[in-house]
Amino acid sequence: MTLSSPEETASRVAGGPDEHAPGADLLRLEGIGVRLGGRQVLSDVTFSLGKGEFTGIIGPNGAGKTTLLRVILGLIEPSGGRVLVNGEPLHNKNKAAIGYVPQKLVIDPDMPLRARDVVSLGLDGHKLGFGFPSRQRRELVDAALADVGAAAYADARVGELSGGEQQRVLVAHALISRPKLLLLDEPLANLDLRSEQEIVAVLGKLAREHDIAVLLSAHDMNPLLGVMDRIVYVANGHAASGPTDEVVTSEGLTRLYGHHVDVVRVHGRVLVVAGE
Amino acid sequence: MFSPLMMNTWITASIVAVIAGIVGFFAVLRGSTFAAHAIPNGAFAGAAGASLLGINVIWGLAVFAVAGALGIGVLGAESRGRKARHDVVTALALVVMLGLGALFVSISTQYAEETYALLFGEVFGVSSAEVLPILGLGIAAAIAIAVAFRPLMLTSALPEVAEARGVSTRRAELYFLIVMALATSMTVPVVGALLMFSLMIGPAAAARSVTARPGTALALSVVIAVVTVWLSIALSYQTNWPLGFFVGTIGAGFYLVGQAARAVTPRRAAVS
Amino acid sequence: MHFLFEPGLFSSGPVRTALIVGAVVAVTSGVIGVFTVLRGQSFAGHALADVATTGGSGAFLIGLNQFWGFLAVGVAAAALMEAIGVQRRRGRDVATGVVLGAALGAAALFLYLGTLKTATTGASFTVLFGSIFVISPDTVPALVASGVIALLVVAVLSRVLLLTSVSPDLARARGVHVRLVGIGYLAALAVSVSLASVAIGAVLSTALLIGPSATALRVTKSPVRAMAASALTGLVATWLGIVLAYDSYYWPPHGHGWPVSFFVVALVLVGYLLSYIRPRGKRVPRSPHQEEQECGPATGGPETSLGATAHV
Repeated sequence: MTLSSPEETASRVAGGPDEHAPGADLLRLEGIGVRLGGRQVLSDVTFSLGKGEFTGIIGPNGAGKTTLLRVILGLIEPSGGRVLVNGEPLHNKNKAAIGYVPQKLVIDPDMPLRARDVVSLGLDGHKLGFGFPSRQRRELVDAALADVGAAAYADARVGELSGGEQQRVLVAHALISRPKLLLLDEPLANLDLRSEQEIVAVLGKLAREHDIAVLLSAHDMNPLLGVMDRIVYVANGHAASGPTDEVVTSEGLTRLYGHHVDVVRVHGRVLVVAGE
Repeated sequence: MFSPLMMNTWITASIVAVIAGIVGFFAVLRGSTFAAHAIPNGAFAGAAGASLLGINVIWGLAVFAVAGALGIGVLGAESRGRKARHDVVTALALVVMLGLGALFVSISTQYAEETYALLFGEVFGVSSAEVLPILGLGIAAAIAIAVAFRPLMLTSALPEVAEARGVSTRRAELYFLIVMALATSMTVPVVGALLMFSLMIGPAAAARSVTARPGTALALSVVIAVVTVWLSIALSYQTNWPLGFFVGTIGAGFYLVGQAARAVTPRRAAVS
Repeated sequence: MHFLFEPGLFSSGPVRTALIVGAVVAVTSGVIGVFTVLRGQSFAGHALADVATTGGSGAFLIGLNQFWGFLAVGVAAAALMEAIGVQRRRGRDVATGVVLGAALGAAALFLYLGTLKTATTGASFTVLFGSIFVISPDTVPALVASGVIALLVVAVLSRVLLLTSVSPDLARARGVHVRLVGIGYLAALAVSVSLASVAIGAVLSTALLIGPSATALRVTKSPVRAMAASALTGLVATWLGIVLAYDSYYWPPHGHGWPVSFFVVALVLVGYLLSYIRPRGKRVPRSPHQEEQECGPATGGPETSLGATAHV
């Protein structure tokens, strides 16, 4: 487990099953710090991930998970450190490798957009003009929808879909541009248990079968225990990253939080309990 | 009804309806209904001011409408959590422009009929000199929308993704408001400032109730707007009643039909 | 000061009437407007005013005093709005807009028919833009009384109203009859809109409703102080507007005068813009947590809670 500092990371780079050589990194954050509203929200966050890896950014609400995601997307300038995609700093060319899945669509039930229209926007929604429908476009959209198991409601009004169904459509939207990394902002936040399990399964499958790296934020790690390869635990303005079992321990989290924290494992579930 | 004198009206009204249908589709999509109500009032002020100064009304319309759009877009920029401020600025912009219009109209001499015509529409509101500028504005507005079609759709439905891809939602909103201003400025002489809103919103709302396909909804918006305007002209011509009355009422009628259709079609049962 | 108070200002009967009615209008709109802005109902408030136009023109058509027309339709529309109740925001806006359009269309018709019937012109102008200088003195008591009643209703309801504006669920949990409070508020709103319509016209009444209150809310977060500040701002704008309108008879074009409503609206705008000039250090630093929280979906529409602070 690393409680991030570039020197410590560098010294462990060569060995250890949980660090890969820098060159293989798809995404790498080194010493990222963020200042918002005069306050240091995040300090010295370092982690990396490679192809096909499933990583969860876990932490309590307000810890800075969304902030971290926004830094990766290039929407927030970090006050320190750097973000490397495929070894290079973030710029427009390599941003295309990241597919962003927002938490929800801004829609009302009457909006004239079908699921396939939303996915189609993923191909070229940022370009000018309007795309002419073509057989190729239609096939790409159908394939993306099939990959997430949403083919059944491709032609349904997107505003009428349930939370879980919309989520899948949003994933398909990000998927269609063939990203190397899928970035999801609190995808499990408003879902019922079954939808939660389904979307996790979809994401796990994408990571395994399509070799797409998945990075998502959540405040509860339990739904993800089965698929997560590594965890980035964010609390108290700092982050610890590594395999789940190494990071999520009473000692480790106590160090992170700065006050006593107990980690309890019961029936395969992990509970983080604030101590006295 | 189809005399050469009326031809101006038929032609202009058709152009106006097409543009209203297109712009209205996006206004409803983006939830810009309040702005759609406010910006035409700027056009009213501009028209009154222009006629006071004796310059071509269309330019007055365009300038004021665009100024109003800029005011709303810049001052009331809708950042996260600021819907209230956006509404307040829109409301203030609306009344200020109407107030200016009232001033201009009261200073000029023909104020009674002119107020009425500018606000509620007038069948004979278009002179031959105005047809060409209106056509020009219409084409400009159509091209402006076509060019920005995809970014407008993206920023409406997925603003965060748009930002991540480098498409500024703020700029998209400003762009759209200005296009709306241009579209409005050409329609006010025929339909009237207060009723332009109905022509933009009613048909678009009706269209999207009927179909989920964006392309179809857009086309249907245009068709319904054109039918509304044609019916209104015909009825206004026959009864001498104000054009705006028919636009408002028929627009509302189509909207209700759309709502009824929606209530009747079986909605997709949410499975999971 | 002579240039401001032109000869004959204070001895003029219509001016005195205007000042009295103006005061009632400004204070009523200013106070009720604070709640309108807090509830995020600027569009609904404006729609109500425009719908009231139909009432005013209808009254004109059948030869009744416009105030009663504004009031009758205003109250009916307010009741309807409350009955329709909570719906998703965008659908509601569109529906409001469509009704608004139909109402304005009807107003157009009434004005036209009325003009035919009475062979007078200029009715459009007064219904839309007010007629504060031509209010007959015998309607003044009715106007003042309505204003006072509306203010009393709001005063009695003020604490509950605040609670329901900020969090209807919390209010319900405390046993407050949210629906009833909403109706009371909307009725008071209808009255204030009608009064303002008589003074500066239906379509412009929103200026006195939204402007001073938005200005006041930018300057203070205390509702009570906001109501006071709002009423004061509205009053200043209205009285100054009346004075300037009187003076404008001496401005070009001579003998004609500029409309009161224009001055009032312009002054309200000036007031609002002035509130953007803040002394340094007044800005409350927002925690990044707040920033993260606001990342979520846009705050709700007309009937949903706006959250603890309204950003205006």
